[in-house]
Amino acid sequence: MASLPATLGAFRGADAPDLEALRKCVHCGICVPQCPTFRVLGEEMDTPRGRLYLMRAAAEGRLGLTAALGRHLDLCLGCRACETACPSGVPFGALLEATRVQLRRHGPPSRHRLLEAFVFAVFPEPRRLGAVLAALSVYRRSGLRWLVRATGLLRPFPRLAAMEALVDGVPRAEPLPAVVPARGRRRGRVGLLTGCVQRHLYPGVNRDAARLLALAGYEVVVPAAQGCCGALELHAGRADAFRARARALAAAFPADLDFVVTSAAGCGAAMKAYGHWLRDAADLGAKTRDVLELLAEAELPLGPLPLTVTYHDACHLAHGQRLRQEPRALLRRIPGLTLLELPDSDLCCGSAGVYNLLEPAIARDLLERKLACIAATGARVIAAANPGCLLQIAAGCRARGLDVEIVHPVELLARAAERAP
Amino acid sequence: MALSSSVLATLAEIVGPDGVVSSPEGRLVYECDMHTFYKGAPDVVALPRSAAEVEAIVRLCRRARLPIVPRGSGTGLIGGAMAPSGGVMVGMNRMDRILEVDLPNRCATVEPGLINLWLTRAVQDRGYFFAPDPSSQMVSSIGGNVSTNAGGPHCLKYGITVNHVLGLEVVTGAGDRVQLGGRVVDRPGYDLTGIAVGAEGTFGLVTAITVRLLHAAEAVKTVLASFSSIEHASEAVSGIIAAGIIPAALEMLDALMIRAIEEGIGAGYPKGAAAVLLIELDGPAAEVEAQAERAAAICRERGALDVRVARDDAERALLWKGRKEAAGAVGRLAPTYLLQDAVVPRSKLPAIMREVLAIGERHGVQIANVFHAGDGNLHPLILYDDRRPGELERAKAANEELLHACIAMGGTVTGEHGVGLDKAKNLPLQYADADLNFMYRLRGVFDPDRLMNPGKLLPAHPACGEGFRPARPRLPAGAWI
Repeated sequence: MASLPATLGAFRGADAPDLEALRKCVHCGICVPQCPTFRVLGEEMDTPRGRLYLMRAAAEGRLGLTAALGRHLDLCLGCRACETACPSGVPFGALLEATRVQLRRHGPPSRHRLLEAFVFAVFPEPRRLGAVLAALSVYRRSGLRWLVRATGLLRPFPRLAAMEALVDGVPRAEPLPAVVPARGRRRGRVGLLTGCVQRHLYPGVNRDAARLLALAGYEVVVPAAQGCCGALELHAGRADAFRARARALAAAFPADLDFVVTSAAGCGAAMKAYGHWLRDAADLGAKTRDVLELLAEAELPLGPLPLTVTYHDACHLAHGQRLRQEPRALLRRIPGLTLLELPDSDLCCGSAGVYNLLEPAIARDLLERKLACIAATGARVIAAANPGCLLQIAAGCRARGLDVEIVHPVELLARAAERAP
Repeated sequence: MALSSSVLATLAEIVGPDGVVSSPEGRLVYECDMHTFYKGAPDVVALPRSAAEVEAIVRLCRRARLPIVPRGSGTGLIGGAMAPSGGVMVGMNRMDRILEVDLPNRCATVEPGLINLWLTRAVQDRGYFFAPDPSSQMVSSIGGNVSTNAGGPHCLKYGITVNHVLGLEVVTGAGDRVQLGGRVVDRPGYDLTGIAVGAEGTFGLVTAITVRLLHAAEAVKTVLASFSSIEHASEAVSGIIAAGIIPAALEMLDALMIRAIEEGIGAGYPKGAAAVLLIELDGPAAEVEAQAERAAAICRERGALDVRVARDDAERALLWKGRKEAAGAVGRLAPTYLLQDAVVPRSKLPAIMREVLAIGERHGVQIANVFHAGDGNLHPLILYDDRRPGELERAKAANEELLHACIAMGGTVTGEHGVGLDKAKNLPLQYADADLNFMYRLRGVFDPDRLMNPGKLLPAHPACGEGFRPARPRLPAGAWI
């Protein structure tokens, strides 16, 4: 967003939403049925069309930065399904983020202040997150968890309960080597983002991504000192913190890489937006690729995997990065694997960063819809390319007793690669 | 008008606190439908979940003498779902269940908030579909389709919404919950379903709809023909119909519209063409094959630059996605537009399209065209930027001139979008006093206290409620409507 010294209706100073972009919405409503909160709530304020109308009213001075405006924007999952649907190309995600920046700077205080303070102190800080997860692990094994669940201690605290239910086990993370050499014909040199939640809860996904990239001909560089991409902060309107993280991340990767690769869709979408928010990290943004995007262009030796799989479109892969066919095409390349289409595959599962912690009721409703669709396919394996979705869907399957395996597509590809003749 | 707290409290008892929208922000987003030119926020929005709740809302409004405005998905193009005199808006989005699917009798009963396309999605695996397909069908509600008697591209062959509604449950403005029609087609007495479809909420609130389901055709072929002028394309339309072919759909798009679609959706329309025809044929495979060839030959004879047949379902779907989302893609051309819905006799298509171009030039406004050529149903989108001084006035002048040109050619003021607030003032061009007065009396039977969607469908009447008496002549005999 260009920095605007003037005021634009209720918006002030830098990082105001772009009025021209807001005016692109012709109110046709094609986005409405694609919006998860419309599906759950069935009211206009909680549709993309309604939210754009409110943002535009604020930009045109018809509405202030009110608590209710903030509330309707808070309820948005930021899934950007509306962008996929929009025939006029309204950049909803960027408008939402800019309005949240304005609300944060000039609007009323957030209603989740304490929880947000905790989330932003821990989640984007890999070391702190690791410590919290280690504590959770002790809690889980000590019998305390059994006691808490049996007594219903957390029942009056739905947000804490949501957090407690989300994490099951914490795997032992083996650190990746600083450089993984390319195998076979060399295609280039890439950096690997290990992510925050990803490195602690899904280290195997990072390992598989590195192995597959190497197999595809890429030398993989894994800087040890890398931090968070800033996605959570971007989505929460914490623009300054986001920019600082983007700058630090750009500095952590060597400048001569061909690409910087992530296997977390949420990180990838945020990094690809760097150019929109700051010049210093624009180059990193332009070089960012999802691991599936790169692998889809490469040859991979794959052996048979006789599995029935369904694929859930992570919002920030399908809507945020417009990658829908690549993951499916890759999975179809595995001999013996049957890919079943998931109904409403691109409807958000309710995870949405930390949304499931902040708005547990709507997140649970969306998760139930997702699980019903999954059960209807009869697939035994669900693939999804974002750690948030993996956590959320896995927690739902555990709670429902569904006997399914939840994996990142690279895990299936790595398994198939091991079986290659 | 501020509502009393007792009205709000009673509403909350009826629909639950989460079904009442009374915040300024909430009311603001309900102030207009897709026709954003007309704005009027309701005093409160109620979101019922059942017919019983709707009935209770109407009873409350009758007691408190509050206007009632129904709203489906808010995709209307006539200013129908907005509240010019405040009151209670009843949003139907939460009443979106399919109550019954009866395939042996080829019908289904649904709630009014159900999205049109979702009904077809629910039955297409079994080979059925719901025929009325307004371009907004991925969003618009069946209740809204019924209220405006919506058309759509495939209505050329299959007929408009009224041809597919077997029965309705309506809570009238008088507060009675009545059944009109039913799943058996031939019923004794008045065809009340027929008059209630297209009533735009002026009779009452529709709470359930029994619709026909059709069996999908054995084969479908979609032909795309591009032309160097709109006139050539219009002549091809006349040629196809004259050859005795009844396409399932016969749509025309002009160069400006194609630009918006291709920028927005990338549906595969040829960018250089002045006009394209989208011709869809369906039926038994052999017949479809022969008709597609014949239609393609007619297009070539009329000077088509290129004729191609969609290779597979994916290409067909993409072409239709482009067509159906056309109005939504106009944001790429201009932030605001006026959209006409006039109809002319099909034989007048070349003449009226010449007139459209001339009117655009005369008033210095851009006009994009996408329309149901087979029906002679025009949709010129007159583009303007409301921030540039004078543009709105020029667009309005062009709009009026266009409407009069259509009527002079024997057409009507609206085809399939309905009347709403936008075209009510134009009805006297179409109907004589006696006709309009009769409609007022009919409305009074359903809505004796004039609470239902005031200001819509019929032109504003004198305050004494005596009826409408404009000094205007009836349309000339033989006018084509």
